[in-house]
Amino acid sequence: MSERRPVPFRGGGFDPKPRRLLPWIVFAVLIAAWQGASSAGWLPALFMPSPATVVRALGELWLNGTLVEHVVASLQRIVPGWIIGTAAGLAIGLAMGIFSAARAAGLPIVSALFPIPKIALLPLLILWFGIGEPSKVATIALGVFFPTAIAAYTACDAVPRNLVRMAQSFGVPARSIVSKILLPGAMPGILAGFRISASVALLLVVAAEMIGAQSGIGAFVLAAGNLMQTDQLLAGVVMLSVLGLLISWALGTIERIVLRWR
Amino acid sequence: MPLHLEGVGHRYGAVEALAGIDLDIADGETVALIGPSGCGKSTLLGIAGGLLQPTAGRVTVSGEPPAGSLNPFTYVFQDFALLPWRSVADNVGLPLEHRPLSAAERRERIDAALTLTGLTEFAAAYPKQLSGGMRQRVGIARALVVRPAVLLLDEPLSALDAQTRELLMEDLLAIWAKEPCTRVYVTHNLEEAARLADRVVVLSRRPGRIRDVLSIEVPVAERGAPRHAGLLREVHDRLWSMIRDEVVTADREVRDV
Repeated sequence: MSERRPVPFRGGGFDPKPRRLLPWIVFAVLIAAWQGASSAGWLPALFMPSPATVVRALGELWLNGTLVEHVVASLQRIVPGWIIGTAAGLAIGLAMGIFSAARAAGLPIVSALFPIPKIALLPLLILWFGIGEPSKVATIALGVFFPTAIAAYTACDAVPRNLVRMAQSFGVPARSIVSKILLPGAMPGILAGFRISASVALLLVVAAEMIGAQSGIGAFVLAAGNLMQTDQLLAGVVMLSVLGLLISWALGTIERIVLRWR
Repeated sequence: MPLHLEGVGHRYGAVEALAGIDLDIADGETVALIGPSGCGKSTLLGIAGGLLQPTAGRVTVSGEPPAGSLNPFTYVFQDFALLPWRSVADNVGLPLEHRPLSAAERRERIDAALTLTGLTEFAAAYPKQLSGGMRQRVGIARALVVRPAVLLLDEPLSALDAQTRELLMEDLLAIWAKEPCTRVYVTHNLEEAARLADRVVVLSRRPGRIRDVLSIEVPVAERGAPRHAGLLREVHDRLWSMIRDEVVTADREVRDV
């Protein structure tokens, strides 16, 4: 009998596993490298201030109330814009997902208007609503409307039809099929759409504030750039990142509660 | 409740799925529908319960549904069709939510259906926490909670492994003994048909027509006895001999597409 040899292992890999510490290590290494490069004088402080300088500026701006004032101004545009755009997007998107006539009428228009960068409409909206808050809120609402509508109708499509047939086989009325089958079934897709629309709202508020506002994070970042106050500029950018993370955390919490069955 | 299919046919556009189906199913009878893939078994089941409109013929019933029946034609689905966001008890209770029942009556019906299917201790679980067999028990409990007059089962065991299928066949027989109704059972599995049906209707390949009908004289409740093992084998072999050529031809047709 010939010699026994172990069968070589050829599986493994291609199987992503969570690495809890690695993201923090990478983050810390990048910040440390940035700080090291700044301390060594490899990065000119005027164009790229050190992380320590940015953190100092962030602390000062937060304590003297400047950042709070600008964050509040931005939130006063994001919140109503997002709510209006989401409400309209959900209404139209769900109608397109449920009713054939609404889909036939709405889908070509939504598809045609969706790719337009909504910030390009700000000048028109300023003409319609004036330079004040309504034009900025309307820009955000428009930007939020389209991804929400598309997410809502595709989420309705993704609900397995056999669930609808099941409900029909038990004589469940159409209205209850919508409220008990389609809406809960579409909820994962709708909430995924919220994540996209929230980031769109953040992007648009900054762009709108850079074009025509005295307050708000976008206006603050632009003004800091014009004055070459790059530490304050980056402090504003960090604030935007924090705002984005907070929104993402809030939506994640909502998802965990609403979709706990998953 | 007796069910009558008269000249039933169905077309999907240019494709004729079913043609000229005439079948009378007696009150309390279990009829299995078998045939090659694509012969229209599930289409016929959909038509029988009013989920699909036939393009020819009609489906009628005679007699009255049993007392307390809330939904005369009720399905059990191959893929269970459970709502993943609802607990077992809430899935079973779905068909009762739009009925004029008191909370106590609703609770009573749900509890009875859960007890009948052995799901009482899983009432609060979600479908993803259950095995395939337990999920199908939920589907069966949901069907029984409305006390159907005609139970339409669309390959209810085909998504399950062989051992679970065996267990569920025993459970189905026990449940049917307690909850009598008319049953139409679509299956690919000849053993299921031989074990569970009073009559087996063999459909031809597309367009599905009734090719043969085989009555099994031994009562369903007695077929599990060892002395009937030979009979079940014989029924299985007869069904296979009826269907084999159709299956081979249908298989080639699919490959030719």
